[in-house]
Amino acid sequence: MAFLEITNLHARVAAPGGRDILKGVNLSINAGEVHAIMGKNGSGKSTLVQVMAGRETYEVTEGTVAYDGKDLLELSAEERAREGVFLAFQYPVEIPGVSTSYFLKAAVNAVRKHHGKPEINTVAFLKLVKEKMALLKMDQSFMNRAVNEGFSGGEKKRNEIFQMAVCDPRLALMDETDSGLDIDALKVVANGAQSLRGPDRAILIVTHYQRLLNYIEPDFVHVMLDGRIVKSGDKNLALELEERGYDWVERQVAAEV
Amino acid sequence: MTKLASGKSETADVPGGDDASGRSWLEALRRAGADRFASVGYPTIKEEEWRLTNVTPIAKTQFVPATPQIDEEAIELAKRSSFGTDAVVELVFVNGHFAPSLSRAGKLPRGAIVGAFAQAADSPALQRHLGHVASISANPFVALNTGSMRAGAFVHIGKGINVELPIHLLFISTSPSEPTRSFPRVLAVAEENSQLTLVESFIGGSGMHFTAAVTEIVAANDSRIDHNHLHVGADEAYAVSALAARLGRASRFISHAATLGGKLTRNDLTVVLAGEGADATLNGLVIVGKQQHCDNHTLLDHAAAHCPSHELYKHVLDDRATCAFKGKILVRPDSQKTDSKQTCKSLLLSDDAQMNSQPALEIYADDVKCTHGSTTGPVDEEMVFYLRSRGVGLEAARHLLTYAFAADITRRIKVEPVRRRLEDFLAAQHGLPRDLRITDLGQHDEKAR
Repeated sequence: MAFLEITNLHARVAAPGGRDILKGVNLSINAGEVHAIMGKNGSGKSTLVQVMAGRETYEVTEGTVAYDGKDLLELSAEERAREGVFLAFQYPVEIPGVSTSYFLKAAVNAVRKHHGKPEINTVAFLKLVKEKMALLKMDQSFMNRAVNEGFSGGEKKRNEIFQMAVCDPRLALMDETDSGLDIDALKVVANGAQSLRGPDRAILIVTHYQRLLNYIEPDFVHVMLDGRIVKSGDKNLALELEERGYDWVERQVAAEV
Repeated sequence: MTKLASGKSETADVPGGDDASGRSWLEALRRAGADRFASVGYPTIKEEEWRLTNVTPIAKTQFVPATPQIDEEAIELAKRSSFGTDAVVELVFVNGHFAPSLSRAGKLPRGAIVGAFAQAADSPALQRHLGHVASISANPFVALNTGSMRAGAFVHIGKGINVELPIHLLFISTSPSEPTRSFPRVLAVAEENSQLTLVESFIGGSGMHFTAAVTEIVAANDSRIDHNHLHVGADEAYAVSALAARLGRASRFISHAATLGGKLTRNDLTVVLAGEGADATLNGLVIVGKQQHCDNHTLLDHAAAHCPSHELYKHVLDDRATCAFKGKILVRPDSQKTDSKQTCKSLLLSDDAQMNSQPALEIYADDVKCTHGSTTGPVDEEMVFYLRSRGVGLEAARHLLTYAFAADITRRIKVEPVRRRLEDFLAAQHGLPRDLRITDLGQHDEKAR
């Protein structure tokens, strides 16, 4: 079984009469691989990663997600994080009154505690943080600022990848990390993500555009349409989508039915 | 120079023992207060200003004046609440009586006076201002306090003097046997171009007690006052307080008012911006649970032009607690270029808690900027999910966010012992580590100011 195995996943908005969004997603990802999911607005790609991170505003109605041999859907959002799942948010939340430093330390220690390790000491924490800040070209004053408060769109995205680098996840989910970034910021963020690539880690990138994938080259590219993955290929599929749009995929799928 | 030299104990409510009495002006003041209260009595919920706070339990309870005895509990509370050398002077009052043995005199600059009324009764400034800032006709409890006042604290900072360390006035209420009452009174006068930091701590101990406190503040032109009001209420504490401040030209007044618990608490804060360019900042924090009730009424009276005022009140309500906030901004006809911003935020930790927030703007000038906003709700689920997605547990996330909500006020407090006390209280309440200090002050405060 693959490191991550999504089978026939169905999910809808968790509200009375909630809309069905995922309508049978199948996807396997091996450790060491980078996958990209592309698709139009509303195709369900963001929902997929949020469901995997445990967001309770969605309800899984059918299907399974096996993560490293465990039933991911049985775990709460915090348990998933402690098991190494990390979601880089499309819209990172501002938390006034909580410093980035405290927030990150809490995150790192939650994972360590889960694995029976003692809390990280201050010196080791500062060293880790400094190293990752340099990677993301971030100013150290970020640590004393409240989480995302007053950050620009680009700073928030950078902060997500910074957190991801500090938390060292085994499954990194990136939800449209490239949206709202100018080209310089995109490079920095993409390089940060690229540096996380490794044999023990799986990365799943949700994006609209191909440009991020110039910096972080995917092993597989998938097209999502109406809550399903309808086409998969290698990095060239992303280039083809960039050039031709999504309509031809839709036509192809319609013809197959 | 400090005038806290006398070892004499003042004995309020005991005839003949009050050595500030006998002055005819003071007697006249008391008489006016007593007469006023005799004619109006305790307010009822039929009156608009008291609609949300029912003081019937106070009116119906036989509260007696406390004796000047200081018990073990009071000593313990005084010790725990002392600022030690973080305060330049610390005056302690136990159940309304000045307690010199628990007080500490420090070294004040020449021209600065801090003392009990008994020691300052002949000061012309005391006579000039006492009873002239807080109005006995505006609030029955001001009348009650004025009619009954005996012991009190007088702070007078002369022209151009800067007192750097905080002046701490500590009022302790305990009543192990029968319900007792006390009427603390404070007058603080900052003369032109002077600076002071004043902390009033009201600490409740065991038993049932009722405190009706009045504080009057005069900020002369170009003076700066950082005022802190800390109320730690006990389960059977009834506390009513009225603070009235009059701000002169280009003076700056900052108020930090925190209420932690207490059976029933009502605070009235009235600030008159009387001189051009006076600047007022009112920050408030209320943390209540059980069946506690807290009602804050603030009035920013813009009586001069070019005055900015900022107000931020935050409430955390748990269990069946109830809170009210009424923030009134009055802009008088000639107070052009007033710039006033009022924000009230409340966090409901329980479905049974109730918040009533009521802004009231009365604007009679045309070239002004006044805004107000109020939000009440549970902990933000988006924030909770964000924290959980980083491995922080659900309960811990809620606690952390509650702490952070309150820390938005506590981190603005410059007096370290006050801030520490509040943060420790919050951390203890939510099982958070004590080293959880929110230090990021920069940008957020810039925005809030």
